[in-house]
Amino acid sequence: MQNIESRDAWLTGLLPQTAGFAGPQWLDALRLEAADRVNTLHFPTMRDEDWRFSDFSLLRKTAFAVAEDAASGLTPAGIESFILPEAVASRLVFIDGVYAPQLSSTAALPQGVVAGNLMRELTAHDGAVRAHLARQAHQSDVFVALNTSHVRDGALVLIPKDTVCPVPIHLLFIATGGDAPQAIYPRCLIVAGPGSDCTLIEDYVALGPGSYCTAAVTEITVEENASVRHIRLQREARGAFHLGYGAVTLKRDSIYHANSLTFGARLSRHDLRVVQDGEGARCVLNGLALMAGRQLADTHTVIDHTVPNGKSEQLHKCIVDDGAHAVFNGKIFVRKNAQHTDAAQQSRNLLLSNKGRVDTKPQLEIFADDVKCSHGATVSQLEADEMFYLNSRGLDADAARNLLIYAFAEDIIDRIPVASLKQRLSKELSERILEHA
Amino acid sequence: MISSNSRVILEVRDLRASIGGIEILKGVNLTVRSGEVHAIMGPNGSGKSTFSKVLAGHPGYTVTRGEVIYNGKNLLDLPAEERAREGVFLAFQYPIEIPGVSNSSFLRLAYNTMQAHRGGEELDPLEFDDFIREKCKLVEMDPGFLDRSVNEGFSGGEKKRNEILQMAVLEPKLSILDETDSGLDIDALRIVASGVNKLMTPDNAMIMVTHYQRLLNYITPDFVHVMRSGRIIKTGGRELALELEARGYDWVRAEAAA
Repeated sequence: MQNIESRDAWLTGLLPQTAGFAGPQWLDALRLEAADRVNTLHFPTMRDEDWRFSDFSLLRKTAFAVAEDAASGLTPAGIESFILPEAVASRLVFIDGVYAPQLSSTAALPQGVVAGNLMRELTAHDGAVRAHLARQAHQSDVFVALNTSHVRDGALVLIPKDTVCPVPIHLLFIATGGDAPQAIYPRCLIVAGPGSDCTLIEDYVALGPGSYCTAAVTEITVEENASVRHIRLQREARGAFHLGYGAVTLKRDSIYHANSLTFGARLSRHDLRVVQDGEGARCVLNGLALMAGRQLADTHTVIDHTVPNGKSEQLHKCIVDDGAHAVFNGKIFVRKNAQHTDAAQQSRNLLLSNKGRVDTKPQLEIFADDVKCSHGATVSQLEADEMFYLNSRGLDADAARNLLIYAFAEDIIDRIPVASLKQRLSKELSERILEHA
Repeated sequence: MISSNSRVILEVRDLRASIGGIEILKGVNLTVRSGEVHAIMGPNGSGKSTFSKVLAGHPGYTVTRGEVIYNGKNLLDLPAEERAREGVFLAFQYPIEIPGVSNSSFLRLAYNTMQAHRGGEELDPLEFDDFIREKCKLVEMDPGFLDRSVNEGFSGGEKKRNEILQMAVLEPKLSILDETDSGLDIDALRIVASGVNKLMTPDNAMIMVTHYQRLLNYITPDFVHVMRSGRIIKTGGRELALELEARGYDWVRAEAAA
C-alpha cells in the first residue's frame, strides 16, 4: 500500500509518529493500513461533490497535535454539569480522547453487558472487536482513515442476546480546550446483540474555549430484532472543529432510532450512513442544528435500503442566525431488491437573518419499482402570521420570536427518550436563543 | 343588557386601511358599548376579516385615515401585543399551529403576560393546571388537548374551541370573533356558542364577524351591521340578520345606493 497519489503535508503531519499504541498485531496492521490510506487521500475541498457546500479550509490553518494524557486532574465534581442522573452508573468518560476510569462507572449495567475502554476490553473480546472495528465506516473518508490510524482508547459496548439495558449508556467525550491545538480521535464501537434493547448517548462537550479538532468515528451494529436508541450531541466549544462519522448496520427486523443535535463548533461535519442489511428493519433519524455567529454545520446522511420491507423516517431541522451556514444532504437509496420500502424524508430550515445561509439537498435514488417514498425541503423565515398570532395573545416581538424558534427546535428535542437530558437540552436551547435575541 | 348610559368601549371613526397599496376599508364607523354584541355580516371580500385584523393590530395593513378609540385610548398607536394586554382579543378564522409548544404552556405564558400587565398574580404550572381545567369545561374540551402542541393536528372545530378557550383564559374586554362559525358542524357550533355566551358580561363587549346567519341563532346580537366594499352600509337589530338570510345582500346594496 505504498501508492502515493498526493502527499498532503497537513494530513501527513496528523499521522501518528510512533509505529503503534500497543494492542494485538491485527490492530497495528489496521492502523498502519489506515495511515497509508491517509497518504493517498486529499483534504476535501468544495470541488469534491460531498463537500461542495462547505469550506473547511480554515481547519488547515492550524497544526493539531494528538492530546497528551490529560485525564488525571479531573474529578467527578469538575464535570458535574454533564452528568445525567439516569446514567450515573452507566457512563464512560474520555478526556481529550483518553479514557478516564476515575470519572466512569458501569455499576448499573446488567450482567453480561460490556461497556468499557476499547483498549482494555480488547483482550477479553478480541473476536467481537476484530469482527466489527473499521468494518462499516468508509475508509475512503480521510477523517475516518485518520481516526483509524490513531485507534487507541475508545468506547466498546456489547449488549448480549435478548438483554434489555434498563439505563442509558452515556459516552461522554470531554475536550479540555487548552491552549495547544489538540487533535482528538474518539472511537465508539457498539454491537447490540439479537433481540437486545439499549439507549446510547454519545456526547461531545468542552470545558474550555480552546481551538481543537475532534475527528470521531462511531460504528453500530444492530443485530436481528434488536432495538437501539442513539442520541448524539455535538456541544463542542465555539472555536472548535468537529468531524463526526457514524456508520450503522441494521439486521433483520431491527430498529434504530437516532436523535442528533448540533449546537457547537466553529466548523462541523456529521456523516451518518445507515445500511438496512436485513429485511423489515426500521430507522428513524431526527436531526437538529442550531447555528449562530459564523458557525457552519454540515450534515450528510445516507440511508441505504438494500433489502425488502424496510422503513425509514427522517426529519432534519436547521436554525440559522447571524452569518451562520447550515448544510443538509440526505441521500436515500432504494436498491433494486428493496421492494416495499417505505421511506420518508423531510428537511425543514428556519433562516433568521439575511446573512445566514442554508443549503439543503434531499436526494432519493430508487431502483426498485414497488415502494413508497417521499421527501421534501423547506427554508422559511418566521412568518408574519405566526408572529401576529402570538402578539395578539399579548406576547411582544422578542417573546414571540423566541417562542417560535424554541418551538421549531423543541419539536426535535421532545423526541429524546431520556427525561433529564430532554429537560437540560430544552433549557440550553432557551439560553442559546436568548443569547441571540 | 343594553342601557343608553352603558360605557362606550370602542369608537371607530372613518377607518380606512389598505394592504399592498389596495384600499380595503373605506371609511368604517362603529360604536360599541359595554354589554353589547355586534354582528358584522357581509359577502366575501367585503372587508369583514380585514376589519377584525386591523382592530387587533395586524402589521400587514396600513391605516390611512380615521381613528379607533378604545377605552379612551387611541388603539392605532398600540402594537398588537399591547392591544391584547389592554383587553382586545381576536379569535382567529384560521388559528396558527405551533408544533413544539404545548397548549398548556402557551396558555400559561399568555395568561401570565396579561397578569403581569394587569398587576395580577402569575400562576405556576400546577396552579395554572387547576385554573385551566375549569376553563376547559366551558368549551367541553378534553384536558388531553392541553398536553398537545398548540392547534397541531386539531380539527377545524377543535381549533375554534381552542380559540374560545383562550378567550376564557385571557378575559378580554372586547372580543372579536372572526368567522368563528365557519367550518363547524352543528354540535361544535353549539358548544362554541354556549362557551361564548357564558363569557359575556355587562362589562365586556363582542364583535362577531360572520358570513352566515346560523351563528346568530345561538348568540343573539344586539346589532347587525352589513358590510360591503369596505364600509358598513346598513345597521339594524337581530331581525336584519333574518332578512339577510331570506333575501341575500343585494337589496341592501340597492337600498344604500338609492
